[in-house]
Order: sequence, then structure tokens, then C-alpha cells
Amino acid sequence: MSIAETLPVWAALPVAFLLVLGGLISLIGALGLLRLGNFYQRIHGPAITVTLGAGCILIASMIYFTATQSRLVIHELLISVFVLMTAPVVAMMIMRAAVYRDLRKEHLADEEKTGTDGAATDA
Amino acid sequence: MMKRWLPSPLLSLCLLLMWLLLNQTIEPAHLLLGAVLGIVAPVLARPLQPQGYPRISRPFVLFRLLWLSLIEIVRSCFNVSRIILFRRTEGVNSQFIHIPLDLRDPYGLALLSCLINSTPGTVWVEIVPETHELLLHVFDLHDEQWWIDTIKSHYEQPIIEVFEQPRHSEREKTT
Amino acid sequence: MTTASLLSAAIVFALVCVVLAMILCTLRLLIGPSAQDRVLALDTLWMCAMLLALMLGIRHGSQIYFEAALMIALLGFVSTVALAKFLMRGEVIE
Repeated sequence: MSIAETLPVWAALPVAFLLVLGGLISLIGALGLLRLGNFYQRIHGPAITVTLGAGCILIASMIYFTATQSRLVIHELLISVFVLMTAPVVAMMIMRAAVYRDLRKEHLADEEKTGTDGAATDA
Repeated sequence: MMKRWLPSPLLSLCLLLMWLLLNQTIEPAHLLLGAVLGIVAPVLARPLQPQGYPRISRPFVLFRLLWLSLIEIVRSCFNVSRIILFRRTEGVNSQFIHIPLDLRDPYGLALLSCLINSTPGTVWVEIVPETHELLLHVFDLHDEQWWIDTIKSHYEQPIIEVFEQPRHSEREKTT
Repeated sequence: MTTASLLSAAIVFALVCVVLAMILCTLRLLIGPSAQDRVLALDTLWMCAMLLALMLGIRHGSQIYFEAALMIALLGFVSTVALAKFLMRGEVIE
């Protein structure tokens, strides 16, 4: 086990707590992705993984490396900012794609129905 | 002169910070390289942005908005996880709602969409072009009017103050 | 000594949680009725992989994993945006 034995208590306790919380939150997010009924509900499941789960684990990593290397290690901030900026874009693009696909499918189904009706009346 | 070589001081500062964080140093050499990156990149990228870089007029309102939305994100995270864990999925009332928007500034709309999408439980779908209404999907809808009022007063009003203020003041100066 | 064992237990617990989350995402990826479900599951899988890399970094006490996590985040964003764009416009039959 290569976990530093010299980690002080003030750092070990919050790191452990944040790791457990982050793991649980990401598990709940994936559970929501599997369990919820339709697509528009499912898109809300991973949102909690992305925000709170990733946030907890990134903060835990910052505290851990700052304590073990006894200097300020905050380059995880880059990942946090990147994830916070890109996750909304991804959610919006998937949502728009889903809405357009559903609308198009309805449109095609309507056209098919009227087409067969027209053929039936012609015959 | 200042305007020409430093079109957006905030963006330059962020690029410098990004460079320093990636290299994890504050050595003078890396400070210099980061400063060069921060000056050159916005100047080269300026033709890509026909509307120019955004101007933020009230930073404190922006910080307060970001802080409040951080609290809101954490709160609604726990709400959504409680619903996922303990509620039957048929009982969740997921709906699309329409919200009329007054905000026109594209950077303000981008910030609003980022904040709304970051908050679990709400996803921005699109802005209806004819009526300038926002189509929003809400995970568990109790009261439509409450959502409309919250979005308009807590999110849209500060963003209008931050992004759309300078134009009004300029117009007042010229008249 | 006790703090180190507490921390290692917490890391193992979090690793198990994230791996379980990845298994659930894979299930959704396999059974997902529509294409957008699969893209959403793939995006969540990227995010879980990034968290896994960060946790392995804490466990092994090495900062190499940071670069891996950053790369996973970048590639995940680009690939999901490309897939979503393809879903919106890439249909052969319009």
C-alpha cells in the first residue's frame, strides 16, 4: 500500500469523507440512468455525477496532494473548470438531438399514416 | 493602444493562470511564456468573434450569482438523488415548460444556459425563435409559475445587470 | 496508522462504487432502446473513467494520473459532441 502513512488527521478525515460521498453520488447518478423510465428523465441522472460527484473527488485529490507534498497542488482546478464549462454543452446538445429525432419520427409516422390513408381512399 | 493589444484582460489572465497550473510553477520563464500566450491568443482569436469579447460591468453581481448557483447546484443534487433512490419512477412529474425571456445578449444567454444545465433537474432545450421563449425540461415539476419566477428573478435579472448594463449607459451618454 | 487504514478503506469503497456505476452505465449502453440513450450512457462512462483515474492517482500517490484524467475529460467532450451532432443531422433519410 503506497498511501502516505504520514498524512495528518486534519487532511485524512475530509479526504475520506469526500471520496465516500463522491463515490456514492456517482453510483446514484448511474443508478438513475439505468432505473428511470424514459429518455427525458434519464438525462437528469448523470447530471449529479458530473457536478457533485466529480467536484467531491477533485477536491479530495487537491487536499490529499497538498497535504502529502506540503505545497499547494491545485492543478485539479483545471479539470473542474473544464468539466463545469463542457458538461452543460454536452447535455444541451444531446437533449436537442433527442427532441429533433422524436419530432422527426412523429413527422414520418404522420406522413406514413396519411400516405396509406390516401392510397386506401384512391383504391 | 491598450484596447488593441489586450482586447480582453480577463481572458489573458485566465490563459496565464491555465499555463501556470498546467506546469505547476511560478518560475519567471514560465510567467513570461504564459504572458506571451495570454497576449497572443486573444489577439489571434479576435477575428473568430464578430461581436467582440464580452464586457462585464458588475463583477460583484456576477460573483454573487455564481455563488448562489453553486449553493443551488448542491441543493438540487441532493433533491435529485433522493428522487432517484426513494420514489417510484411513474410518480415523477417530468414536464417541458415555456419561460418568456427578456435577455438578448448572446454571452448572457450562454451563461444562463450553462448555469441552468449545471443545476441537476433542469435541462435547457432551446429558445423558440418566434417568441423568444425558453423551452426547459424540468425533472420533477410541482409548480410551473414558481419555476418561471425563480428563473426570471434569481438568474435572468443579475445576468441582465452584468452583461446588458454598459450599452444602456453608453446610450445615455450619447443622448 | 489508523488514519492511513481509514483512508485506504475509503478509497477502496469509492473505487468499488465507481466501478459499479460503470457497470450500470454499460448495461444502459447495451439495452438502451434509442440511440440518444446510448450516447448519454457513453458520456457518463467517460466521466466515470475520469473519476476512476483520479482515484487511482490518490491511491498510488502519483500525479501522472492527473494528465490521464485531463485527457479523458477532453476526449470525452469532443467525442460526445461529435456523436450528438451526428444524431441531429447525420440521418441518411431526412
